[in-house]
Amino acid sequence: MFGKLSLDAIPFSQPIPLVAAAVIGVLLLGVLAWITKKGHWPYLWHEWITSVDHKRIGVMYILLALVMLIRGFSDAILMRTQQAMAVNAPGYLPPEHYDQIFSAHGAIMIFFGAMPFVIGLMNFVVPLQLGVRDVAFPTLNSTSFWLTASGALLVNVSLVIGEFARTGWLPYAPLSEKVYSPGVGVDYYLWAIQISGIGTLMSGINLVTTILKVRAPGMSYLRMPMFCWTSLASNLLIVAAFPILTATLAMLTLDRYMGFHFFTNDAGGNPMLFVNLIWAWGHPEVYILVLPAFGVFSEVISTFSSKPLFGYRSMVAATLFITLVSFTVWLHHFFTMGAGANVNAAFGIATSIIAVGTGVKVYNWLFTMYGGKVRFTTPMLWSIAFMVTFVVGGMTGVLLAVPPADFMLHNSLFLVAHFHNVIIGGVLFGAFAGMTFWFPKAFGFRLHEGWGHVAFWLSLAGFLIVFTPMYWLGLEGMTRRLQHVNVAGWAPFLWIMLFGVGIMGLGVLAQIMQLLVSIRDRDQLRDETGDPWDGRSLEWATTSPPPSFNFAVLPDVRGEEAYWTIKQRAIEAQGLVEEPEYEPIEMPRNSATGVVTAFFASFTGFALIWEIWWLVGVGLLAAYGTFVWFAWRKEDEYEIPVEEVAAYDRERRKVRAAWLLREQGARAGEQPA
Amino acid sequence: MSEGKLERGERGERHDSAPGDEAASGQEFGGGVTGYVVGLLLALALTAGSFYMVSTDLVWGPAIPAALIVLAVAQMGIHLVFFLHITTGPDNTNNVLALAFGVLIVLLVVFGSMWIMDHLSHQLMPMGEMMKRMR
Amino acid sequence: MSGAAAQHRGGGQGGQGKGGDPYRLGHGGGHGHGEATGRGDGGPASKRITTGYGFWIFLLSDIIMFSGFFAAYAVLRGETAGGPGGAELFELPRVAIETGLLLLSSFTCGLGAVATERRNLAWTQIWLLVTGLLGFIFLVLEVQEFAQMIGEGAGPARSAFLSAFFALVGCHGLHVGVGILWCGTMMAQLWSRGFLPAIQRRLMCFNLFWHALDIIWVALFTIVYLMGAGR
Repeated sequence: MFGKLSLDAIPFSQPIPLVAAAVIGVLLLGVLAWITKKGHWPYLWHEWITSVDHKRIGVMYILLALVMLIRGFSDAILMRTQQAMAVNAPGYLPPEHYDQIFSAHGAIMIFFGAMPFVIGLMNFVVPLQLGVRDVAFPTLNSTSFWLTASGALLVNVSLVIGEFARTGWLPYAPLSEKVYSPGVGVDYYLWAIQISGIGTLMSGINLVTTILKVRAPGMSYLRMPMFCWTSLASNLLIVAAFPILTATLAMLTLDRYMGFHFFTNDAGGNPMLFVNLIWAWGHPEVYILVLPAFGVFSEVISTFSSKPLFGYRSMVAATLFITLVSFTVWLHHFFTMGAGANVNAAFGIATSIIAVGTGVKVYNWLFTMYGGKVRFTTPMLWSIAFMVTFVVGGMTGVLLAVPPADFMLHNSLFLVAHFHNVIIGGVLFGAFAGMTFWFPKAFGFRLHEGWGHVAFWLSLAGFLIVFTPMYWLGLEGMTRRLQHVNVAGWAPFLWIMLFGVGIMGLGVLAQIMQLLVSIRDRDQLRDETGDPWDGRSLEWATTSPPPSFNFAVLPDVRGEEAYWTIKQRAIEAQGLVEEPEYEPIEMPRNSATGVVTAFFASFTGFALIWEIWWLVGVGLLAAYGTFVWFAWRKEDEYEIPVEEVAAYDRERRKVRAAWLLREQGARAGEQPA
Repeated sequence: MSEGKLERGERGERHDSAPGDEAASGQEFGGGVTGYVVGLLLALALTAGSFYMVSTDLVWGPAIPAALIVLAVAQMGIHLVFFLHITTGPDNTNNVLALAFGVLIVLLVVFGSMWIMDHLSHQLMPMGEMMKRMR
Repeated sequence: MSGAAAQHRGGGQGGQGKGGDPYRLGHGGGHGHGEATGRGDGGPASKRITTGYGFWIFLLSDIIMFSGFFAAYAVLRGETAGGPGGAELFELPRVAIETGLLLLSSFTCGLGAVATERRNLAWTQIWLLVTGLLGFIFLVLEVQEFAQMIGEGAGPARSAFLSAFFALVGCHGLHVGVGILWCGTMMAQLWSRGFLPAIQRRLMCFNLFWHALDIIWVALFTIVYLMGAGR
């Protein structure tokens, strides 16, 4: 009836996950009770859960990412504490538990922290920057999000029911095969990643189609903001790389469930094939994460330097160069597997070459700042810190790309420090910069600058304190994933790293404080005009927060930096363009398809993990039923009446006219000087 | 200004068509049923050629795989042109670019994997040899 | 804030004949009222084009997924672990019939598209039915082949070569199965709703899907069966 599932699945012997789960459970129940008591369910259901609005979905993605980042960060605290305590001592985490923690940390941070964060930003920003009303396939977008959430749910369920993988964030064969990992940990990993992977793939298809086919009139390719370009590149990589992950994990699943021999030691299987295939996805994945962050930095640096982005076209070229070359470097993740000199050299050279594209970008950002009037706001601070830390991370990457050096540094903490250096310093800083930058657009008020600065400095300091010693320990020969350490001399470094994690923890708290303080002071921080930073691209042309239809009339794009051009024209003409002719707007209807599909997908995934086959059948049938129900829907659009559109836009124009008047006043004041 | 807008709109519609739809420009080899019939006949001929080749000695043995691949690629081309209506016309640029990107990735993954895994076998000692030395 | 920005307006206004402005390095002359560079300047594409293109991208990703299985097959094809190889197992006459069926179904699927274009409901339904039936017979033959091989002790668990074979061919078969389910659903929908624009778009996607399956089959019968049987 319940397959392999029984009461033994709950780890009563391990207090830490149980207590953690209990705390999360109580918190969750509290929130649910509060929502029920306040009667917010109808609002949540209609405005968020079933919403197909790309802005709402983007916000939900980022919310999911923030929650999962905290989950992953608590794993990091556990690991640092364990290693600091376990110098010639057992520490407080048994090996089988410690192994689950570092596996969960990596998998969660990449798949459910970083990925939803960048996808959320792209979802929110790209249609606005392109000057259109939504993504190409709004209902699909909602489904993508809920499938990602479903995967995240499965990973967290593994905390209480059963166990998580003990194989590292990528379940290398043959360790992940049934013989060596008989438990359900790897199965949790496989199905969680497959389900969320489908969501990611669909979201990639959606955004590629949006950027290539759904743009405002006049928004030609070379007029798109840089963030749209990097989003296009990132989503092309998703579309091209995630299927490889799907195929590879499917092979491992077949090995585990049906006795296939893809990656086994016996019957001709080849474990090294797994390593090869997973990195054919894994390396592009790195760029899937970091390219949107590059886009964020481009927007932030150009806006807060009050200058157009330097070398826009070279930036586009560098982005596309990275997109293609990122598919030719995957072997550098396993130089030591023994492919021999020719193969290693070829991939080492390709890896060094890909750094050129990033180098071009760094110089472009520097030259954008050069001669500009730089405003040191929180997003700008994250961006500048990124440029410094990312260059260090990139340099150590080039070092690792040299095969002989890699033979020394492979699997050491030097490598761990390197990829944290690029992922925290690149992706996470970019995500935070983007969040602070676009927060007023999403909610209509800015985030508190003071707390933003505090959070930034604490995070940066903590980050440096953790990862600088880690480089050193790596050079000293400390390998990764050690449950205990036998070299007493490393203890001081491990304690310094633990201290650094504490500082980073304060940074996390400061971010939460920033959010709370900003919500409290939202009236002082209100963004009245919709253009709080003197922005340059179209998302700042509409109000904050934008209406469901984004733009009353699709903007007519006349040049690069579309919104900047519009502003200049308004200033030159000393007035806004004449009122356009309004038309009623067709918008997609809300749909529960996404959340219902994900609901059944979660059950199907859970049933597959525990081999409850009847539930698998029910889940699949229900998912098919959901599709049919959606396909038979009679009306998929509703109309916003022209009066409503006109009333909204006239209000917006009034605010804009007032802004123009102030602007002209300021200009007149400047003239005599 | 309104004139310019109109013109742009028209042009935008003209140079775009959905993959699988017949090109708006009407520059295909044969529209409608004719195209499908021609495609079917060509594909049948190529398929028959492939199956025939492995059953006779007409082609020099070691050349058969290469010949088979040539025939397969030709047949995929036939499918793309006659069944999927992919053309070189300007309305198809996006579709063709996406296809080219996909094909590039497929080739990289397949041949990259083969190259890497093949080299791994070179570096490893064959099983029999290892057994011999262990004795 | 706006005052600070105003000082640097010089960067943004130019475009017409301001060649010497270093801030404009690497930008097109796009800031003026000139012609839009690049393509797609007519505003959002129609729903049909958007949907078709999105599905096209999906198909490419699907083909890349197949390339993963192809890569695995290419690497593992010699690893028979003492078990039977392709030459002993593959029966080319059956594969030839399967190929013919799938090719024919691709053809009838195309005829269905022509009928859809002419808004001929009866013929669209007939061709969809024929397509689905041909696909179904294909699937029956494939299941028969699998059953026979497993019966002979040459199941997927026998060797890495057979694992890769079953996964690759089975994955294609799974796609055909999903296609048949989709075909049936589309027929029901056509019958109950007629040629709504949304249904036409779905039919277009189904056609793309079915043709793509045939293209994958071309790679499959060539690389797996013909090249495998000759060995």
